[in-house]
Amino acid sequence: MCRLSAITSSLYFSPMENILALETMKEGHDGSGLGLVLKDLGGPFEDLKSYPILSGSCTKKGLEMLDDYMQQAGFRVKYSWEPKIKRVAGMEIEPRDHYFARAYQYPSPYEPKAQAEWEQLLLETRLDLRRMGEKDQSLFVFSFYPDCLTLKEVGDPLQLGEFFGLDDPSLQAKIILAQGRQNTNYAIYLYACHPFFIQGYCTMTNGENTAFIPIREYLTSRGFFGYMGYNSDSEVFTHILHFTHRQLKYPLTYYKDIITPLKDEEILERPDAEAISLLKKSLRPLCIDGPNMVVGFIPDGTIFMVQDSKKLRPGVVGGAEGKYALMSEMCGMDRAIPQRDRSADIFPSKYDMVMVTPNAQEVQVWNQLHG
Amino acid sequence: MQEFPYVIQWREDRCTRCGRCTAVCPQQAIEPAVFAQRLVHSESGTLVPSTVRKVSHGIRQVNDIDRYCTGCGMCSLVCPNMAIVPHYNPHHKFLFHKNLGGTPYKRGGRRNDPSPSTLDKLKFTRISMLTDPALDAGRHEFHIRTLLGRILPPDKLPLKLTGNRLVVEDDQFIPPVREIFPIRIGSMSIGALSPSMWEGLAMGITYLNEVEGIPVVMCSGEGGMPPRLLRSRFLKYFIPQIASGYFGWDEIIRSLPDMVEDPCAIEIKYGQGAKPGDGGLLMSYKVLKLIAGIRGVPMHIDLASPPTHQTKYSIEEAVAKMIQSMSMAWGFRVPVYPKISGTKTAQAVLNNLARNPYAAALCIDGEDGGTGAAYNVSMDKMGHPIVSNIRDCYLDLVKQGKQNELPIIAAGGMGKTGNLAANAAAMIMLGASAVDIGKYILQTAAGCLGDEYNRCNLCNTGKCPRGITTQNPKLYRRLDPDKVAERVVDVFKSAEIELKKIFAPMGRSTELPIGMSDGLSVGDKAIAERLEIDYAC
Repeated sequence: MCRLSAITSSLYFSPMENILALETMKEGHDGSGLGLVLKDLGGPFEDLKSYPILSGSCTKKGLEMLDDYMQQAGFRVKYSWEPKIKRVAGMEIEPRDHYFARAYQYPSPYEPKAQAEWEQLLLETRLDLRRMGEKDQSLFVFSFYPDCLTLKEVGDPLQLGEFFGLDDPSLQAKIILAQGRQNTNYAIYLYACHPFFIQGYCTMTNGENTAFIPIREYLTSRGFFGYMGYNSDSEVFTHILHFTHRQLKYPLTYYKDIITPLKDEEILERPDAEAISLLKKSLRPLCIDGPNMVVGFIPDGTIFMVQDSKKLRPGVVGGAEGKYALMSEMCGMDRAIPQRDRSADIFPSKYDMVMVTPNAQEVQVWNQLHG
Repeated sequence: MQEFPYVIQWREDRCTRCGRCTAVCPQQAIEPAVFAQRLVHSESGTLVPSTVRKVSHGIRQVNDIDRYCTGCGMCSLVCPNMAIVPHYNPHHKFLFHKNLGGTPYKRGGRRNDPSPSTLDKLKFTRISMLTDPALDAGRHEFHIRTLLGRILPPDKLPLKLTGNRLVVEDDQFIPPVREIFPIRIGSMSIGALSPSMWEGLAMGITYLNEVEGIPVVMCSGEGGMPPRLLRSRFLKYFIPQIASGYFGWDEIIRSLPDMVEDPCAIEIKYGQGAKPGDGGLLMSYKVLKLIAGIRGVPMHIDLASPPTHQTKYSIEEAVAKMIQSMSMAWGFRVPVYPKISGTKTAQAVLNNLARNPYAAALCIDGEDGGTGAAYNVSMDKMGHPIVSNIRDCYLDLVKQGKQNELPIIAAGGMGKTGNLAANAAAMIMLGASAVDIGKYILQTAAGCLGDEYNRCNLCNTGKCPRGITTQNPKLYRRLDPDKVAERVVDVFKSAEIELKKIFAPMGRSTELPIGMSDGLSVGDKAIAERLEIDYAC
């Protein structure tokens, strides 16, 4: 079972805070990978909020391919960041030639266009790059979106933190999702590493998804080109969120109603009973059976935690106004925000969706039974 | 006698000559006989052999192909002294002879193929262990239910956002959808079945719904339903079927104003897996007062349903208009769907239905389905296996993104060898929303004697020795409807437990794992490739 560490704050903070929290939950990850997604970036990216950032890693050949492609597509590099790699004896990390996060200027025809259009361009570009580099593994790209940065590598999270030099103040953000992987996907593969990202939506999950195949078949048949990949059975959680909130335009809480629908007798108590009864039937293939706990964010910066319908995985949310952590285990919470009021910690029930509003202003517990 | 499919073994030393076996034999395949024997014996102290002629009485199998022994075993059942038993003869040449007078062999039953079915070769191999702990079939809540009806995709739902809540817009048509148990009792008519059998099934499913809370539904078959049932609140557990003879529909339509509940659904029969391209035929000797009354016909005449709906000439007529007419009769409150026989062209029908917003489902009946009467050649050699037919249809819907909109129901051969829950679960994981049973319930609830070795299969003759498929009161009184109902309840309660035992280790409990094909494997590469599932050995 992977370990999850998410922090949201009104001030910029370092991803090392997430990684140190993951370190306390070490028995739950096995060195098969670290995934980091940073949103609302500080440091040099603070002034580049409107520029899409392409994150990934590659070989020398991959870099050439990337540059050629982006140049041809009309993207111009605005700013380029590469971690300062530190190699320490004993590290079990096989470094790649390049890790990068590059802010690009849009090709000129796109700059004034609507959000949906540039979002489409960015996703198409990322998927093209992914397809080009996937065969020989010369190029991995994880996200291409404004104000979001992704880092992924195989290894122990703490060693990777040191390897990437993540204590460097140049890399900070207000929302960071981090996952320490326990590989259960047969092969250790970077595209199977959470958190997964699509058009401003991001989730990470622990547990397995026993309903993976019907969900994948449902998503891939929606006619949306971005629903692909699925090297991990958890990637569908991100795409369900995207489908629910962006494509169908339902409020965030309906994500919970879709992945873990209420029983019919419970639905009757809801003020929107008629609507969710229809949703339950209509989106039946997206129902999960767990065991899963999902942590994610949506483009406005709301971050949330939900459980499967039997609460077969642990999860805790705690903190105070200005900084909240969403952790898979208490020890991670104690490490991330030790000075909080522990009596205010929230352990979401199987009906709860815990949401922290943007800028870590407020934590809300939405109960599915009451709607 | 060695050319016959079953050979009677009679033991003179055990027989009391009571005559019960000859009286009960539905075929008159055995008869009392007189045997003359020449015995050698000696009566004196020294050996002085002499011969005597002895005349004895006993039982003899008749050497007449029209009175062949079907192996039903009723003779053994009634014998007080275990003196008689039929034995299957694997070297028989029955089909070489059974066409006297130029009349091909007709029978009831199923396809006579005892080899293991594809369904029985499928195994459930994605067992959740440590990475995703199995659920507990005894502790966790399971919801073994399926949906019957046209399900709107999310982008077609009449929803609008009011504040932060979704609300349903008024005056928008939402197709009716029923939540039912995923194993149904398929179409067997009152007429094909005896009153005792049909009543037993009906009582059983009513009890399951009303008392056990398991929403099992049953299709009427062609031939209508008892008028009192049509006007009762129990109608919601039944699916009236309309087929090419329209038998019974006068009474159904006349009952419409008096109905207090809508039926569960309406099934339009276009084909039957056991005898594709054949119509129905209820022989005159089955058309007694009750049947004639329900069907709205005179007594003692043959009731033939044509192979096709005679008033229709195209798929648009046959499917779209009939679905619309039936929907309209109940104010669009009842799901209406067609049933076809398994065929290579099933996807063409499926795609037509996928584009018809009123089509509520598609039921496909495979070659292993049963029938009350058909030509042997139809049953044995016509039809399409159900498994790949259903899989192809499901994957076709997946390609179109409509896999959750149009439920596919699989019929024909479910539980053929007794593994009902396993067969149903496998079909569901391949893409079916529900399965239908027919022969299985007759065998488990009423002790039907038929099997794939052509045992019994006398359904067409009206002489069913169990009283299941006969209108002869002397025969159907052998069947106690209450006992049948009890067994129906047993069957569905145990099937529900077995389905949980299958789904729990695979980590599924909340929704039916429709299309969860990664849960299945098979030890046959060709089948694995064809069904797009794993090969495991």
